[in-house]
Amino acid sequence: MKIGVLVKQVPDTESKIRINGDGSGIETGDIKWVMNPYDEYAVEEALKLKQAGGGEVVVFSLGPDRAQEAIRTALAMGAERGVHVVEEPMEPWVTSAKLAEVVGKEELDILFAGKQAIDDDAVQVPVMVAELLDWPHVSAITTFEHDGGVVKANRVVGGGVTMVTETQLPGVFTCDKALNEPRYASLPGIMKARRKPIAKADVGGADALVAVSNYRLPSERPAGQIIEGETVEEKVAELVRLLREEAKVI
Amino acid sequence: MPNILVYCEHQDGAPKKAALEIVGKAAELAAGGDVVAAVLGSGLDGDFAALAQHGATRILKADDGALGSYQPEAYAAVFGAMVAELSPRIVLATSSPDGKDLMARVAARAKGGLATDCIELRAAGDGAQATRPIFAGKALVDVDINSATQFFTCRPNSFGLGEADAGKSAAAESFAAAPGDLRSRVVDVVAAASDKPDLTEAERIVSGGRAMGNAENFAILDELADVIGATVGASRAAVDAGYAHHPMQVGQTGKTVNPVMYIACGISGAIQHLAGMRTSKVIVAVNKDAEAPIFGKASYGIVGDLFEVVPELSKQLKAALE
Repeated sequence: MKIGVLVKQVPDTESKIRINGDGSGIETGDIKWVMNPYDEYAVEEALKLKQAGGGEVVVFSLGPDRAQEAIRTALAMGAERGVHVVEEPMEPWVTSAKLAEVVGKEELDILFAGKQAIDDDAVQVPVMVAELLDWPHVSAITTFEHDGGVVKANRVVGGGVTMVTETQLPGVFTCDKALNEPRYASLPGIMKARRKPIAKADVGGADALVAVSNYRLPSERPAGQIIEGETVEEKVAELVRLLREEAKVI
Repeated sequence: MPNILVYCEHQDGAPKKAALEIVGKAAELAAGGDVVAAVLGSGLDGDFAALAQHGATRILKADDGALGSYQPEAYAAVFGAMVAELSPRIVLATSSPDGKDLMARVAARAKGGLATDCIELRAAGDGAQATRPIFAGKALVDVDINSATQFFTCRPNSFGLGEADAGKSAAAESFAAAPGDLRSRVVDVVAAASDKPDLTEAERIVSGGRAMGNAENFAILDELADVIGATVGASRAAVDAGYAHHPMQVGQTGKTVNPVMYIACGISGAIQHLAGMRTSKVIVAVNKDAEAPIFGKASYGIVGDLFEVVPELSKQLKAALE
């Protein structure tokens, strides 16, 4: 099978976010960049599928030069090659249009992605890519089984209801945390990844439909009060009173 | 006077509260323009009058056997046809898993810009401008959409629910559109173990951290949650330790929540957890460690052993609510 994975390079979750001087973006100086955590599940599922039935795993990413490191991480985990659209991500529509174009050239059987990127939290690109390719998709899968061109996958939605889905390939699947345990890149894997090819793709213009501005930090919550009391009963009684009379939420 | 199409989620034959909330917002933004409430499903014989009472001027029902469970291809075919027919200036949906999934597909089909998880929407030009969080709430941005139709999904509990006006009504019209040939199907739906609302829609959340110690101890949180009708959540530390399942995780690699009340039990307040719950209206923290960062964000804090405080809180709240 020819298997594709979309990956994005994002700031590590422990990163403190600072806004740049004119509010047009974030300060990137101190940030540790990593592969988007949900994309690790996507790479893992792609590699498992390849190991089960043979084939090739191709990693696609849109991002500046440094995003190549996220592709290398996937290659070190075991993917065969990368395709890198070298540009700053602007907004989901533009990213989707460009990724759909490079993915569309590869005649893939299946495409995996993380369920969302933890930087802009847009939850749009993989679904938009599916729409632009005219493929079906299933979002946020927690199980995956492939048999003869049909994928059976579970998707957990609001309130813990599980939808059991069956999809005819080709299709796009976005991966949630419960799907698998992503492997670590081994040292030999990392050495090998250095020699694996990453093609730089030049993709024509797509006009931005969305303009993002006025980056700012949310206002800090005012510090609340620590409830004093001699006993647990007293403290809790005061809390209940405050919830009723002051906060009015009970 | 923009015309607005609202995708309304429903459950048990009635619109969800989150749907009424966005219909109310649509009525405010439309300022006299049409507010069309779209209801998709199979066997829709419920009572949708509340949509009109909260501001819908028309109700469009698409009733088809293929729409029994949310499935992106079928729903995109039908809702996409509504968008194509009505050419609304603005499309609103709830920022639920299904709402976001459907809007990404339909927006791409209509070549429209989409902003997800909006927490504010205001009139701008002949359309709207949104504010949305990024990095799970560590920062905020404003979003302008320059396509003919603007698509927004809105986080539940962001706008509040206005008063229903019992004097308003709108006749439901049927909307016929073929769901098309489906390459992906829902073959089974497995009900949730609990009937509690999802964390992302919950008005009250009781959440446990690493200090819970094991999965069994979450029973005391379940008990408190039952008393106040809350949904139980967990920190990443608790999920990684195997005390709770990932769908319960609140934070940057879990769910971003927006309840009226969030009770954090034995949660220290790691930056990525705070990001996911910081917009809660009232935060209560219970932690042994007086220096825990969570107390810096909490409206009310109790320094103490959660295994003593939480059962006592359940007891006193139960008495207070009776």
